[in-house]
Amino acid sequence: MSALLTVDNLKVQYPTRSGLIEAVRGVSFTLGRERLGIVGESGSGKSQTGRAIMGLTTPQAIVTADRLDFQGMDLLKASPRERRALRGKRIAMVLQDPKYSLNPVMTIGRQIVETLRTHESVSKAEARRRALAMLEAVQIRDPERVFGLYPHEVSGGMGQRAMIAMMLICDPEMLIADEPTSALDVTVQLEVLGILDRLVATRGMGLIFVSHDLRLVSSFCDRVLVMYAGKVVEELRASELSQARHPYTRGLLDCVPKIGESRHPLPVLDRKPEWAA
Amino acid sequence: MTAVLDISHLHVFFDVYHALDDVTLSVGRSESFGLVGESGSGKSTLLRAVAGLAPVSSGDITCDGEAITGAHRSRAFFRKVQMVFQDPYGSLHPRQTVDRQLLEPLAVHGIGDAEPRIRRALDEVGLGPSFRFRYPHQMSGGQRQRVAIARALILEPKILLLDEPTSALDASVQAEVLNLLEQVRRDHGLTFVMVSHDLGVVTHLCERLAVMQHGRVVETLTAADLASSRVRDDYTRHLMTASRGFSR
Repeated sequence: MSALLTVDNLKVQYPTRSGLIEAVRGVSFTLGRERLGIVGESGSGKSQTGRAIMGLTTPQAIVTADRLDFQGMDLLKASPRERRALRGKRIAMVLQDPKYSLNPVMTIGRQIVETLRTHESVSKAEARRRALAMLEAVQIRDPERVFGLYPHEVSGGMGQRAMIAMMLICDPEMLIADEPTSALDVTVQLEVLGILDRLVATRGMGLIFVSHDLRLVSSFCDRVLVMYAGKVVEELRASELSQARHPYTRGLLDCVPKIGESRHPLPVLDRKPEWAA
Repeated sequence: MTAVLDISHLHVFFDVYHALDDVTLSVGRSESFGLVGESGSGKSTLLRAVAGLAPVSSGDITCDGEAITGAHRSRAFFRKVQMVFQDPYGSLHPRQTVDRQLLEPLAVHGIGDAEPRIRRALDEVGLGPSFRFRYPHQMSGGQRQRVAIARALILEPKILLLDEPTSALDASVQAEVLNLLEQVRRDHGLTFVMVSHDLGVVTHLCERLAVMQHGRVVETLTAADLASSRVRDDYTRHLMTASRGFSR
């Protein structure tokens, strides 16, 4: 398996008045054409890892790594122009809530066309045709109608499909999905995941799926990294989740109430300082 | 079982949108009752209609023997019924200390000896006295939700309306808050009406639940029925499959 992305000792630090805050503290992994899950609770640095790879960390932050390599290209040495050419074209990102991540004053169709025409020189008519085809690929039943709608006129599930369409229209090699379904209802969640799954598989993309939901991630991904306090504490094959060894992973699995189980009170996480060491 | 909350043929309209369509249900004393459904199914609206926060166009609500009409609620009603909201960031005043937030309901209802009550309420939700003079932004999400629960409990209500009390929290913090809710319910003999989209959470905390869709109650069943898949409605079954996670 050739590596699409190699991350070695990635650190993201924020200078503040009270000292340096270390959001990501030495994360290393490689990604092939597979589905990799990154799981952790709020503040674990999972989203910051995704954003650093995408090049979306705020300018005051300090991003360092021994290696941050995307298909032979050193992402940390790339100029802003080179990173812009990469973003949306070869690396794409789906964000959590379509209510906030879509442009509210632009129709869905125009936003998709904008992505495409930024990276490829295609005629307006051709761009429109491809946008409509992409909307159909994310199982939107009436693409012509949705093309002309504004984000506030569609449901959350529909908005997230539009977001996925926008991200996949340039055929990226790698997709980072940051909590792509957390803002959606359970039933809609599965539909959107199904669409994402099929597209990632047929196009042979590498996927980084960032989420707080360990169970969901392990049912969707091939491999899971569990993050705690800015570090990867455990790496697992998704199928071997039940054999997780780290007490944090075990605790995360145990503390969720499940249908048909009677555990009163629920076990809670007893956080050990050495986990964050 | 004596009903402490009786809702019959309740309708709520937002302009032309029929948010609640002929909802009838009854919650027994000291029972924990769950409402599940997708967003837009009317589960939160039902809770808000009881609290007087949604416009009821027809139907009857009886709460602990007191018939409620229209949007008016008596002061006695609010001593009996308190609500905890989903978002602990939004439901606490950002520029008031915990002490001030807990004092408010006492002041509104003219209740004396605030000092020991506030200390007791904080102690009960597992926050030490050091939290008393903090502002919301100085606390984590779970701690804020504990303050919201303390604020509801300080009036010693009989019924707690819980609108997605844990869905904004991390899984491990959710477990802590669920344990706390169970504890206070046992200690005070409270009645819970809880809205959640998470079937696992609802079956954990509630004995009975109603499944809602498009403003209607499609099925009322016990948590035990749900756990052993004794469900009648297709939509309930659909929700159950969905809650098991992704499968190829």
